[in-house]
Amino acid sequence: MNFDFSDEQKQLRDQARKFLAEKCPPRAVRAVLEGKTPYDRELWKGLAEMGFLGVAIPESYGGTGAGHLELCVIAEEIGRALAPVPFSSTVYLAAEAILLAGSQAQKQKWLPLIASGAAIGTLALFEGKGNPSPQAIKLSAAGGVLDGVKKPVPDGAIADFAIVAARTASSGRDTDISLFLVDMKADAVQAKPLNNVDPTRNQAEVTFSRCRAEPLGVAGEGWSIVSQVLDRAAVLMAFEQVGGADRALEMGRDYALDRIAFGRPIGSFQAIKHMLADMYVSATLARSNCYYGAWALSTDASELPEAAAAARISATQAFQHCAKNNIQVHGGMGFTWEFDCHLYYRRANATALALGSLSYWEDALIDRMRRRNAA
Amino acid sequence: MNFEDTPQEAAFRAEARAWIAANAPRQYEQELKKSSLGRTQLAGANILEVAKAWQKKKADAGWACLHWPKEYGGRGASPIERVIWQQEEGAFGKLSYTFIIGHGMCGPTMMAFASEDQKRRYLPKLASGENIWCQLFSEPAGGSDVAGLRTRAERRGDDWIVNGQKIWTSGAHYSDYGILLTRTDPSVPKHKGLTMFFLDMKSPGIEIKPIKQANGASDFNEVYFTDVRIPDAHRLGAVNDGWNVSLTTLMNERMSIGAGVPTRYTDLFEFCCNLMLADGLAIEDRNVRSKLANWAVRASGLKYTSMRAISALSKGERPGPENSIGKLVAGSMIQDIAAFAMDLEGAAGVLSGPDEAETAGKFQAMLLRAPGTRVEGGTDEIMRNIIAERVLGLPGDIRVDKDVPFNKIPTKGRA
Repeated sequence: MNFDFSDEQKQLRDQARKFLAEKCPPRAVRAVLEGKTPYDRELWKGLAEMGFLGVAIPESYGGTGAGHLELCVIAEEIGRALAPVPFSSTVYLAAEAILLAGSQAQKQKWLPLIASGAAIGTLALFEGKGNPSPQAIKLSAAGGVLDGVKKPVPDGAIADFAIVAARTASSGRDTDISLFLVDMKADAVQAKPLNNVDPTRNQAEVTFSRCRAEPLGVAGEGWSIVSQVLDRAAVLMAFEQVGGADRALEMGRDYALDRIAFGRPIGSFQAIKHMLADMYVSATLARSNCYYGAWALSTDASELPEAAAAARISATQAFQHCAKNNIQVHGGMGFTWEFDCHLYYRRANATALALGSLSYWEDALIDRMRRRNAA
Repeated sequence: MNFEDTPQEAAFRAEARAWIAANAPRQYEQELKKSSLGRTQLAGANILEVAKAWQKKKADAGWACLHWPKEYGGRGASPIERVIWQQEEGAFGKLSYTFIIGHGMCGPTMMAFASEDQKRRYLPKLASGENIWCQLFSEPAGGSDVAGLRTRAERRGDDWIVNGQKIWTSGAHYSDYGILLTRTDPSVPKHKGLTMFFLDMKSPGIEIKPIKQANGASDFNEVYFTDVRIPDAHRLGAVNDGWNVSLTTLMNERMSIGAGVPTRYTDLFEFCCNLMLADGLAIEDRNVRSKLANWAVRASGLKYTSMRAISALSKGERPGPENSIGKLVAGSMIQDIAAFAMDLEGAAGVLSGPDEAETAGKFQAMLLRAPGTRVEGGTDEIMRNIIAERVLGLPGDIRVDKDVPFNKIPTKGRA
């Protein structure tokens, strides 16, 4: 049994960590947080040059063709460094959708642009409140013309193209939904940035007004593709979350070792030690669930839907738990703008809702376990 | 990343599987599968006899205590082979429960500190289950703070005379031998005046009384020592160095991986799939699903954490510290799962008789046993201390009694 990343994959992780430590220090994250720039363009370019954007894109489409296990280790480092770039929307959502359902021409056009950092992509799925559901999709596509509003769309205001989930029938079945690929620079598309709890990643409202769009994948298979993309993205996002959780735990641990109160390091008080021990437990459970998700993703296993939901839930819980208790360990300083604790707290709570909230994935996990049990 | 055996591992697994198929006591398999970990009972058979027979059969064929050296009754197997054996032994492994303390703690301590003659004399019979061993550490005044123990051993010529009381001793009433931690010098700080021995449990002056637990069962004993004589040759380690010897024992307690920690999640999942509530199956209920999902990821998290440790063994590496979370996570989970299952039954959840339709009192029994799980083998709080100190590198507690002679440490909180 080798339920672990290979030495080469671990080297890649070290390489990514080193690169991000240098190119993505907290002040780079803060530049985006404070609105000086919508995303870190230099970092995005650097990630492309390192080959990190195309790590799961085949060489024939301009990627490095390494694979999804390699993408998992990079995702973890992206999360650890809170990289303020449209990585998840472009790489986990747009690229995965095109890899799964794109035509030869679409793959040839967009995948090399993604890998080289020349195109930012996203998935326009949500339309206001609620979790992923075919019933919630109202945006219409009649004769390949889109009309409607999507929000929130991750990185919608900086994306060059979007995969849009649209209604092409009204039978009440999943097959009512089809996917379209839209050039976001078209006049018929208007994107408005929205305030959100984690300004280091963008959210937007995108309005499509009589917007011509090309289909992505077979008509009527949109929901099936979205579901697969969400499962794949769930594993990758879970790695980001585990990276963030680990870093938040380390910050709390380091502070507990350095901070003196009542004449001793606060890390010698059981109240603090036990809080940190519980954070370690959460982060460890999440990491192990993520490894199983990575295995299922990289082998296209039939267990992927269940493994993805478990990784997603566990990692969401761990990141939220570690981020909030990191602030608690820091006490008052943890609640200042100056300390970085809130950056992790913001990211933890934003990533918890991307791809659907915790309750959505809980529901999905139990459905999938029941299906397996019945089989 | 894969779950496959290496060719050597596969060959070993095939050999183990074939031997188990040909030799295991199949007539008990279903009953063992259904029983939860702990004191397994078999209808119409004495579990101790069945367990001893299976252990002896394994030992004769070289399948007992696989990781021990051959000359001490083992197989000289690698850590990963030991794990593979446990996986293949499956439900029959529950028969080893009787031997866990002896094989997991007493054996390794003897191996590290007994003389060569003693090792050759005692260890093979420990491996084969012919002798059962127990561990006598905890005392009424020394649980989590085991170094606070008060049982005295005093030197008389070539012997030691032991007086005092041990508590929470599993299996003392059917054990042949035990390892015993005593106080030999009360005038020095508590960790510096302890000495370890092994002893014959049939020695004159030993009295064993079962403890009636909060759940009404008796899994443990109190053991009283009145002028019990132990030859100095049965001392393990130097006089007053017993604390270091005991660390070997306790370290081994936490080394065992592969068997996994049962969380009882599957019991609850199946229960919810079948339980009809007023407005449908429990598993259709939103609140139930949310709770189940939370426990599901804890159960799978533990499962894959142990697979990561097994992978490290497979590569010949030492497993990381991740496995230290197992007992801490599982203990409170079992307790919460039991309470939740009972809650779903409504007022009838209070009924615990074996004839009750839903689960034959399973969750009710689990609820009453669970507090012990969170205490035995290291309380939740001790486990958190271990994670905080050994994994995260946080400072140890400030010990106000560290430099105080043992006999000057207060023994009462409020006067």
